[in-house]
Amino acid sequence: MKTTTTEAGPEREALDAVGAEITERVIAPMLPTETDVESAAAADVADETAEQAHSGAQSTPWWRSAIRQSAPILLALAGIAAIWYLVSLAVLPQDQRFLLPPPHEVFSRALTNSALMTPMLEALGRTMVVAMIGLVIAVVLGIGWAVVMSSSGWAERILYPYAVIMQTIPILALVPLIGIWFGYGFPARVIVCVIIALFPMISNTLFGLQSASPSAHDLFTLNKATALQRLTKLKFPAALPSIFTGLRNAAGLSVIGAMVGDYFFQQGPVGIGGLLRTYTLRLQMDALFTAIALTAVFGVLVFTIFAVLDRLVIGRWYGLKR
Amino acid sequence: MTRTLVMEGVSKRFDTGTVALTDVDLHLAAGDFVSVVGPSGCGKSTLLRLASGLDHVTGGTIEVNAHSTSYVFQEPALLEWRSAIRNVELTGELRGVPTSDRRARAQEALDLVGLTGFEQQFPRQLSGGMRMRVSIARALVTEPDLALFDEPFGALDEITRLRMQTELQRIFQLKQFAGLFITHSVSEAVYLSNRVIVMSGRPGRVVADIKIPWDYPRPPELRYEPEFGAITGEVSAALGEHS
Repeated sequence: MKTTTTEAGPEREALDAVGAEITERVIAPMLPTETDVESAAAADVADETAEQAHSGAQSTPWWRSAIRQSAPILLALAGIAAIWYLVSLAVLPQDQRFLLPPPHEVFSRALTNSALMTPMLEALGRTMVVAMIGLVIAVVLGIGWAVVMSSSGWAERILYPYAVIMQTIPILALVPLIGIWFGYGFPARVIVCVIIALFPMISNTLFGLQSASPSAHDLFTLNKATALQRLTKLKFPAALPSIFTGLRNAAGLSVIGAMVGDYFFQQGPVGIGGLLRTYTLRLQMDALFTAIALTAVFGVLVFTIFAVLDRLVIGRWYGLKR
Repeated sequence: MTRTLVMEGVSKRFDTGTVALTDVDLHLAAGDFVSVVGPSGCGKSTLLRLASGLDHVTGGTIEVNAHSTSYVFQEPALLEWRSAIRNVELTGELRGVPTSDRRARAQEALDLVGLTGFEQQFPRQLSGGMRMRVSIARALVTEPDLALFDEPFGALDEITRLRMQTELQRIFQLKQFAGLFITHSVSEAVYLSNRVIVMSGRPGRVVADIKIPWDYPRPPELRYEPEFGAITGEVSAALGEHS
């Protein structure tokens, strides 16, 4: 029996409960003789095989996972568009409609205007580069930081406060300083991005590294595992699901970080955050809305990529049932 | 005959001041299967941790004459990112056994616990009883002289539990290691062991050492013989007096 749907569903649980009750009431009172036990064992194995097949040994193609991950978000975007229409056409009086023109007007005017779209897409590309470089640095630094902290209680007590301080100082308070120290161009944008994205990487990875059970640690101790074996064969794999959670958060934040960087550091080629500021100052509403929509789509794309990656790597441990 | 495990006057006091064990004597040879029963918190698990070297005595001596000691935990403690066979291979991997060798041994161990055909399943895909079988296979793959069991069947349902007892007895008869088995269940202890040790409440000490007369293999229906009832009664009485 092979099914492509992956949810077991409450009905199945209910069925299982009934099955368990029947087993208890009907089978338990019988005295188990040697042969009873053996045939029961055979039946048990058969049951479990069926259950196993039911849970879906079938592998889901990655694109299907991508659709499943992004569909709710796309639906939410459609909901936002609906509210947008409502406000624009039904709430705002005619003379204030320029504040929020309906979506089709905005996008048809903007998307057909290549003098507007070309620089906007170029700017978005630059911001993406900043976000991805910032993310990679944040991931490497964050995982490294967490690994060092997990190596001893002392290291954690000394290093964790720095992570917390970095998280709690508002980025806007640091921005002028970063500008003074690193200039107002590309490196400063990346640094803002790293500072914003680093904390979820550190905290999630640390949590994951500490999630292996005491028994599993005992098992490694009994087999005289080295510190490196314990890290690579126990702590790190145990941390992977949390690391992916951290990655998803950090990826979203790195996009925000890159845009904040663009917004404040306008030296050199302009990013989408810089354009947003320009459009706002000039009250170019069509361009402003299009730029916002583009960044939203970009954010959804990044989130989806990491969600799919998560399913691909972690999903198989759970029989692809997640 | 050399004893596999010799404990003489063993005591354990934790840094917190709690005295877990006082003056415990325990001797175990190959072919012995000894169960330890006692009230909760009497230091049964501490006894195993001391025997395995995970923890150290604060009084008395422990001597272990085993080239390999294995430990089966209360929960299966499987690595959920590894398939069943890769979980069993783990001990060999940590000890530096060559890949082909440890793969073959892991397969043998899985066959022994009745999991042929389930090698590639991940722990989440297996039932509770099957996960415990993988855990036992992982312990047996090192060919231990001393096998320590910390209440391994405590979390299983009654039917699975009885079945696992039969399985473990068959494996013990085949491998003839020295077994030390912690349990809360008096009937489990009597059914599996050739000796049952009863411990008192904290601080734990040995209050009774009861010999179980039957040869292995013991049929499951032995549990319903009057004589079996008499011995479980004796163990329960010893437990009741000292808890």
